[in-house]
Amino acid sequence: MLLVSKCHFLGHKKLLGLILCIVLFALPFLLDQYLGRAWVRIIDFALLFSLLALGLNIVVGYAGLLDLGYIAFFAVGAYCYGLLCSPQFGLHWPFWFVLPLGALLAGLFGIVLGAPTLKLRGDYLAIVTLGFGEIIRIFLNNLNHPVNITNGAQGITLIDPLQWQSISLAQTIHWGGIEIAPVHYYYFVFLFCTMFMLVVSSRLERSRIGRAWMAIREDEVAAACMGLNTRNIKLTAFAMGASFGGLAGGLFAAFQGFISPESFTLTDSIMVLCMVVLGGMGHVSGVVLGAILLSVLPEILRYAGPLQMTLLHRVWVDPSDLRMLLFGLALIVMMLLRPKGLWPAKHGASTNAPSENTEPPAKNAQHG
Amino acid sequence: MGNQSLLEAHHLGKHFGGLRALNQVSLNILRGEIFGLIGPNGAGKTTLFNLITGIYPPDEGTLFFNQQPLNGLKTHQITRAGIARTFQNIRLFSQMSALENVMVGCHPRTRTGVWGALFNTASARAEEAMILARAHALLKTCGLSQQAQRQAYQLSYGDQRRLEIARALATEPQLLALDEPAAGLNHTETEALKTLLLHLNAQGMTLLLIEHDVKLVMGLCDRMAVLDFGEKIAEGSPREVRQNPHVIKAYLGTDPIDEPAPVNPS
Ligand SMILES: Nc1ncnc2c1ncn2[C@@H]1O[C@H](COP(=O)(O)OP(=O)(O)OP(=O)(O)O)[C@@H](O)[C@H]1O
Ligand SMILES: [Mg+2]
Repeated sequence: MLLVSKCHFLGHKKLLGLILCIVLFALPFLLDQYLGRAWVRIIDFALLFSLLALGLNIVVGYAGLLDLGYIAFFAVGAYCYGLLCSPQFGLHWPFWFVLPLGALLAGLFGIVLGAPTLKLRGDYLAIVTLGFGEIIRIFLNNLNHPVNITNGAQGITLIDPLQWQSISLAQTIHWGGIEIAPVHYYYFVFLFCTMFMLVVSSRLERSRIGRAWMAIREDEVAAACMGLNTRNIKLTAFAMGASFGGLAGGLFAAFQGFISPESFTLTDSIMVLCMVVLGGMGHVSGVVLGAILLSVLPEILRYAGPLQMTLLHRVWVDPSDLRMLLFGLALIVMMLLRPKGLWPAKHGASTNAPSENTEPPAKNAQHG
Repeated sequence: MGNQSLLEAHHLGKHFGGLRALNQVSLNILRGEIFGLIGPNGAGKTTLFNLITGIYPPDEGTLFFNQQPLNGLKTHQITRAGIARTFQNIRLFSQMSALENVMVGCHPRTRTGVWGALFNTASARAEEAMILARAHALLKTCGLSQQAQRQAYQLSYGDQRRLEIARALATEPQLLALDEPAAGLNHTETEALKTLLLHLNAQGMTLLLIEHDVKLVMGLCDRMAVLDFGEKIAEGSPREVRQNPHVIKAYLGTDPIDEPAPVNPS
C-alpha cells in the first residue's frame, strides 16, 4: 500500500519535470510570439545572471565569505573570450577551448584575489573584495596605454559568436514557419549551462567539500578544530565561485559581441549579491529564482510609463525612478518579512538520509 | 600499557598583554588515562587547551604528542595528528543538522575532493556512505540518534554538549580534550555524560577533562592537575590533590572538597 502511494508520488514528480521541460523549451518561442523579441533577450540575461548568482552563492551562501567584487570574475571571463575570439589580436580560437579557459582563468583570479583576504571576515572582507573588483575594472579601462591590450573604455567589438566551422549561432533561420534567431539559440545554450551549473552546485553542496564550506561559514575556529584546512577550503570556494563567473563572462561576450569595462561595475556586483540574498543564500533553486526575479521585474516596470499614459494620460512617475524606488522598497520588505530569502535552504534535507529511522532508504522506492 | 606518555607539555607560557595566563606549566598525560584539569575561573585552563590545539602559539615551552613536537603545526594538522576538543562555550555549526555536524568531523579522515564530488565517482559515493554510517553510529554512541536531522541550534543544551563530543570523536582522535562538558547539565545528564566518558575510556580513549564539578572530576579521573593564576600548583591522584595544602588554600578555601565548585576566591 505504502509502495503504491510512493510510486504514485514519484510519477507525479516525473510528470512535473516533463511539464517543466516542455515549458522551458517553448518559452522563448512563446515570448517571441506574444511579447516580442526583447523579452527573449531579457530571459537570456536572466539565465546569464542565474549562472553568476549560482557562482556567487558558493562564495557567499556556502562559505559565508561576503564578496563585493564578484563581477570582476565575470569581466575576466568576458575579456578572455573577447581577446581570444575577435579582431582585436586577430585571434579566433574555438569557443569550446576559450570558454573553459575563461572559467579556469577566472578560477585562478579567484585564488589570487582570495589569498590576501583569508584572514578577513564580514565587513572587512567586503571592503577588500570591493576594492579588488574596482581594481580589475580600472585595469581593463587603462590597459590600452603603452601597449593596447583591452582597447580601454572603447571596449572590444566584433567578438565572435559561438561558432563551429560553418555553423554559427549568429544566423537566423526559418524552420517550419518559425523564425529561429540568435537570441533563441543563446537561450538554449544558457539554459544548458545553467542546468549544468545547478547540478554542479548541488553536487558540491552535498559533498564533503560543501559541508566543509558550510562549517567554515558557521564557525571557523571550530571548523579548524575538526581538522579542516580552512585556508585551502576557502580558496577552493573562491576558485569554484569565480569559475562560474568566468564561464558566464565568456558566454556574455559571445552573446553581446561587444564588451567594455562599463559592463562590470560595482552596481553589477551588488545586483548579483542581491539576487543571492533575495532568493535565499545557500539554496540553489532560491538563488536562481532570485536571479530571474531581479532580471525580469525591472523590465516589467518599464511598462509603467505607457500604462500611466493610457490610464492617466500623463506620466506622473518616471519609470526609471519607480524602478529604483520599488527595488529598494522590495529589499526592505524582504529583509523584514523573509530575512532568509524568498526560498531559503532547508537544512538537514541536504543529507539524503531518511528522517526518522537510521536504516538506508528502501531500495524498492527507487524502482517506481 | 598505560604508562606511555601521549601528550607532554614542557614549561608552557602564554601571556595576553601584561596578563600571564599560563606560566611554566608542565604536564604529562599518559595513554589510556583520564586526566583532570581543575582550577578557579581565569586560571588558564581554556588557554592551555587553546595552546594544545594550536589556536594560539605558546610564548614559551614545547608540546609533544606521541613524542613528536607540535610546535608550528596548524590547528587542523594537530587534529589530524590525533587531538580533538570540545568548547566551553559551545561552538557547533548551528545552521547544520546534528548529523551534518558529525559528518564534518569525519573530514580529516576522508579524502573526496572537488573532482570526486563533481563526477560523483564510485569512490566518492562509497566514502560518502561510509561517512554517513559512521556519523549515525557516533550519534548513537552519544545517545543522539533521535536528533540526527534536527539543526544543532534546536537541540537542548545537554544534547548540544553531547553533539560536540560526537563531532570531536568523528575526527578519530587519540586524545579527546573536553572543556567543561558538564557545565549547565542537570543531574541525570551529568550521569549520562559520566557513563559515556567511562565507556569511551574503556575503549582506549585518552581523555583530558576540564571540569568545575569537582565531584565528577574526582570520581572520573585517574590523575589530575590544578591550575591557579596560570601556574600548576598540584598534580597527582585525586586523593593526593585533595590533600594538597596548596590546593586547599588557593582553590578550595577552607571548605571540604565535596562542595560544588567555588567561584573566584576574592
Ligand atoms: N584571547 C584572549 N585575550 C586576552 N586575554 C585572554 C584571552 N583568552 C584568555 N584570556 C585571559 O586569560 C586568563 C585565563 O583565561 P582562561 O579562559 O584560560 O581561564 P579558565 O581557566 O578557562 O577559566 P574559566 O573557568 O572561567 O573557563 C583570563 O584572565 C582571561 O581573561
Ligand atoms: Mg575556560
